[in-house]
Amino acid sequence: MTGTFLDTNELVLNMGPQHPSTHGVLRVVLKLDGERVLSSDCVIGYLHRGVEKIAEHRTYAMFAPYVDRMDYLSAVSNGLGYCLAVEKLLNVEAPPRAQAVRVILVELNRIASHLFWLGTHALDIGAMAPLFFTLREREEVLKIFENYCGARITTHAFRIGGLYYELYEGFEAEISAFCEMFQGRLDEYEKLLTENRIWVNRLKGVGILTAEQCKDLGVTGPMLRASGVKWDLRKAQPYSGYEQYDFDIPTRETGDTYDRYLVRLEEMRQSVRIIQQAVKKIPAGPAMAKVPKVIKPPAGEVYVSIEAPKGELGYFIVSDGTIHPYRIHVRPPSFVNLQALSIMAKGALVADVVAIIGTIDIVLGEVDR
Amino acid sequence: MQAAVWESTLAQELTGHFGDRILACSSYLGQNFVEVRPEAAVSVLLYLKEKAGFDTIVDLTAVDYPKREARFDLIYVVYSHPRNERLRIKMQIPEGFEPSTAVPVFSGANWMEREIFDLFGIRFAGHPDLRRILLPDEWTGHPLRKDTSILAMDQAWVQEHVGIESGQ
Repeated sequence: MTGTFLDTNELVLNMGPQHPSTHGVLRVVLKLDGERVLSSDCVIGYLHRGVEKIAEHRTYAMFAPYVDRMDYLSAVSNGLGYCLAVEKLLNVEAPPRAQAVRVILVELNRIASHLFWLGTHALDIGAMAPLFFTLREREEVLKIFENYCGARITTHAFRIGGLYYELYEGFEAEISAFCEMFQGRLDEYEKLLTENRIWVNRLKGVGILTAEQCKDLGVTGPMLRASGVKWDLRKAQPYSGYEQYDFDIPTRETGDTYDRYLVRLEEMRQSVRIIQQAVKKIPAGPAMAKVPKVIKPPAGEVYVSIEAPKGELGYFIVSDGTIHPYRIHVRPPSFVNLQALSIMAKGALVADVVAIIGTIDIVLGEVDR
Repeated sequence: MQAAVWESTLAQELTGHFGDRILACSSYLGQNFVEVRPEAAVSVLLYLKEKAGFDTIVDLTAVDYPKREARFDLIYVVYSHPRNERLRIKMQIPEGFEPSTAVPVFSGANWMEREIFDLFGIRFAGHPDLRRILLPDEWTGHPLRKDTSILAMDQAWVQEHVGIESGQ
């Protein structure tokens, strides 16, 4: 007998777009040798709605609610990025009161986004309980959003030039109470997961990405920081008054899935620190800068980016001096970070691919736009 | 756009090294950008990466000006971690021109160039895997071109694959 009898064949496995661990409609075509991944190819676009084309047919103010629907888990951050970009184009700055409130809401959103990530990531790995805990706390954040602007998910909380809504009675007290409660809850998650043997075994050494690979691919956010690069736009190029707050940038060294878990967990603690500082001194004064009723920025182009929960979220806007943007391009963190999947998945087990997709923290609404 | 001249040692260095292949170094609202000849874009990117520390590609996008002779603007956004500085490289290309790919310089450019090919129909010479990325492979048309209507769609594709008369 020749060896052909025992030859193995390459197996093509189609994962998604309706697979529960792909967090929406991501499709990954895996080439397998037994349980090992030889190569992977992402097929995206199932949620493509053409928001960049829509933007060209809307006014600047009309487009603002659309950005909430890109990364629908962090609509507040998306809104901030868009408002800052148009404000830059108009060359105005939101007043200090608006900046402080924006920081509070955006950091609350970061917590909500990370909580949803933590719950679903743990569910993918096989731990069901954390999802119930994290969604319980996320609910508290959503209640604050609801009290503030009436919407829970697609908030459209900010306007170009500042804030539309005034703070409601008891805003500060509610947020302080949340921060107080949430720190204890973070310790509970740590007890559940950080030294859990199954959790550690499933995550340690899986999906390693080096700092060089991250920079080469343009990967940002917690993924970059878990690879040892101490870079956060809130510190590197502060916007919306972040330079006033005292907080640390958590980093780790190995850049594996476990490190990314620890970085995101620590980021939530830092967000609490920022919120606690900001809520104590919300300046009085106007909440809206002097912005014309009809927004008509002078012709020009800008690229403005913020540190969204998932990484650098950028808006490239070209104005031709009319009321419609000539072109808006969104640089979504998830789209760029997802490119790292094929590098991280190479040589991994099929079960690890689930962990790796989870650790990138993608939202397909943002990848496909 | 009322752009000012961007004066800095880096701008001087670039014009010194590339000569007339750099058309202008400008600054608008505090954001710097360099206009280059399309043939030189990738070598400028490589120079910036190796000599000036611009180690990350942030974004790559295009803008369509159908009335202009060189129809498209192609814009690279790069960032330097050591300098904490962002820079845009901008070039004008006519219809049918195939700019060379930036993937050998930054592998992150791969999907970004695929997106531009998909939505604008600009082909990148030497790209390792130039397929559509957001729209289906068999789709015809490039939606972000200005002469494509917002209502335009590939009816034949929709009828065949979705089994409905029209998506509108």
